[in-house]
Amino acid sequence: MPPLELLLQQTLNGVMLGVMYALIAVGFTLFFGVLDVIHFSHGDIFMLGAFVGLSTLLGLAVVGLRTPLLALPPAFAVAVLVTGLVGVGAERVCVKPLARSSPLMTLLATLSLGLVLRESVLIFYPRGADPKPFPQLLPAGGFEVGGVAVRYENLTILAIGFAAMIGVDLVIRRTRMGAAIRAVAQDPEAAQMMGVNLDRTVDATFFLGSGLAAVAGMLSGFYYGEIHFIMGITGGVIGFSAAAIGGLGNVYGAIVGGLLFGVLQTTAAALIPRGSEFRDVVAFAVVMLFLIFKPSGILGEKSVERV
Amino acid sequence: MSLSRRDLLQGASILGTGLLLAPGRAWGQKTTVKLAFIGPLTGGTASNGLGGRNSFLLAVQERNADSKSKYRYETEVLDDECKPTVAVQAALKATSDPAIVAGVTHYCSVTAIATVDTYHKAGMPAMVWGAVLPEITYSHTYVEITRVNGTMINQNNIAADFAVKTLGFKTFALIHDTTDYGRAHAKYFGEYVEKAGGKILSTQGTAKDQKDYTAELTRAKGDRPEVIWYGGLTPDGVRVKVQMDKLGLRAQFQGTSGIKSDTFNETAGTSAEGTLAFVEGAPTEKLPGGKKFLDAYARAGFKEPSEAYGPFAYVAANLVIDAIESVGPDRAKVAERLKRTRNANTIIGPVEFDEHGQNTVPLISKYVSQDGKWVLWEDSEYASGKRTLPGLRFKKL
Repeated sequence: MPPLELLLQQTLNGVMLGVMYALIAVGFTLFFGVLDVIHFSHGDIFMLGAFVGLSTLLGLAVVGLRTPLLALPPAFAVAVLVTGLVGVGAERVCVKPLARSSPLMTLLATLSLGLVLRESVLIFYPRGADPKPFPQLLPAGGFEVGGVAVRYENLTILAIGFAAMIGVDLVIRRTRMGAAIRAVAQDPEAAQMMGVNLDRTVDATFFLGSGLAAVAGMLSGFYYGEIHFIMGITGGVIGFSAAAIGGLGNVYGAIVGGLLFGVLQTTAAALIPRGSEFRDVVAFAVVMLFLIFKPSGILGEKSVERV
Repeated sequence: MSLSRRDLLQGASILGTGLLLAPGRAWGQKTTVKLAFIGPLTGGTASNGLGGRNSFLLAVQERNADSKSKYRYETEVLDDECKPTVAVQAALKATSDPAIVAGVTHYCSVTAIATVDTYHKAGMPAMVWGAVLPEITYSHTYVEITRVNGTMINQNNIAADFAVKTLGFKTFALIHDTTDYGRAHAKYFGEYVEKAGGKILSTQGTAKDQKDYTAELTRAKGDRPEVIWYGGLTPDGVRVKVQMDKLGLRAQFQGTSGIKSDTFNETAGTSAEGTLAFVEGAPTEKLPGGKKFLDAYARAGFKEPSEAYGPFAYVAANLVIDAIESVGPDRAKVAERLKRTRNANTIIGPVEFDEHGQNTVPLISKYVSQDGKWVLWEDSEYASGKRTLPGLRFKKL
């Protein structure tokens, strides 16, 4: 058994991962809650958000805006806006037109869109095949508490991640659009009869989910110091799994699922002999157990329908 | 989708070669002979693959421009994406084209080992230009397979001796990707470290293309190793090094030939400083014919740098063409001829194949990352004493 400080360090590592997973998972869960669709290109939307953020930061550096206070707010804003709009576009092209057809069609369409996004970055981004260094704008340095290394950068990432989650929570619980999203998630027809504009609500949901994925993409860039065009593949699968563990359709469930998945991965690597080789096996085995024994997830409201 | 990308790449490279050579040139009656190049043109190791491809194309262009050559050479460039399944498809495509006489094949060990049987069954000579797994040449006696670069056995012997005996590091934590490349590197490096008197504290396998290494590094940190050694390729190597620094892991970072690319320095940024890597061959400019190669490469106007293994692809292409010029465009005869290569004079120095088709004159170079560039250890400020390696600095703390 490793010493306590290593266990705490591993838990912190897991929470860092979990915050990013949770932000992706919230998107999956919002889309599922509102439209009952699983948007499989969401992982690549996360990747796109990171690349839009990087391009904006590089552009800002060219015009002389290099300090974190001047560069970060516009970079996050552009990444969220552009990625959010791409998300809305994805929904209008791949999701809504197929709303009445078999769920398999949506699955295929969104998977294909993910491939298009990934390959487009590979081909059109300059030297897109290589991993790209991400500007390190978050505060450097850190401190140690009881042998656990805590970096200011990590605290900033956690703060931004949790602020984004609280922001989404406020939007959903306190705004008219949030009420519309909740109403459509409960009963789309009844919501429409009460005057909710379905199209606008669905657009807003996809904008919100995709914007959060962009925040996750940028945080991933700051945390790892680099981004790569294939980052959305595992990011998407893990984000979806986290949403499934937490309970598809429940935003808080997605957050819990994301954090749990991150901690599971790191503790599996830390505690099991040869665990680093099996970290994903362990984490995904837990997903399978959840799907078998508790398909509605930890906080889920809707269970995945069996067909 | 991937098919169309590959087609585009092939088309572009063939068209590019054609455009460079075509203006005002009459080919006379020369018979056309086709050569295949296979390497990772997309994915994390694409920079090495593209450098290899360009070097291969350069050799072909030079030969086509030579009025003394008996044949006109055409090229078929295929992408193996550094993935075994894709590599086998590419190898099948090349071998099933009867016009292709021989191939200059594979940078990644996982792809080179996966395709050995494909070339053997088709009887097509394939000269490996970058992969370092010993089994690629030593697990069989196929006449078709030869390798112009050295193996990881030599590389790890030198790397372990250097770390333990020259630099004085005693304790090592090994992390490796779980491909054949990473596993075998860890096995040989571990064996040579213990032989040299060092101690392996832990060995952890990780998935290729894994993003997060904090769990493995935190686990290694508990043992307080003097060196974190990574057996794998550039994108993962960057992540291990950057995350090591972020976790405050005070140890020397040492990698294999897989991380010795310009991309490592570009992506890792300041974190790259003081990283050690070991590569077969010598810096291109220090090779016997390195300057000539670099000048010709610059004149050809390729977009991407030739990278560490470009000269090997160039030499492999030249050896294959020499064999075709000498025995004619016949797969079996070319394979026999290549296997009997003795004391060939090339830009990387003499090349001589043993009974397994392995070049027996391997030259291993030690590199250190200094100011964002890979510098030969002997030429570095770390060797001269002007700077101290991070691992040696931490030892004193």
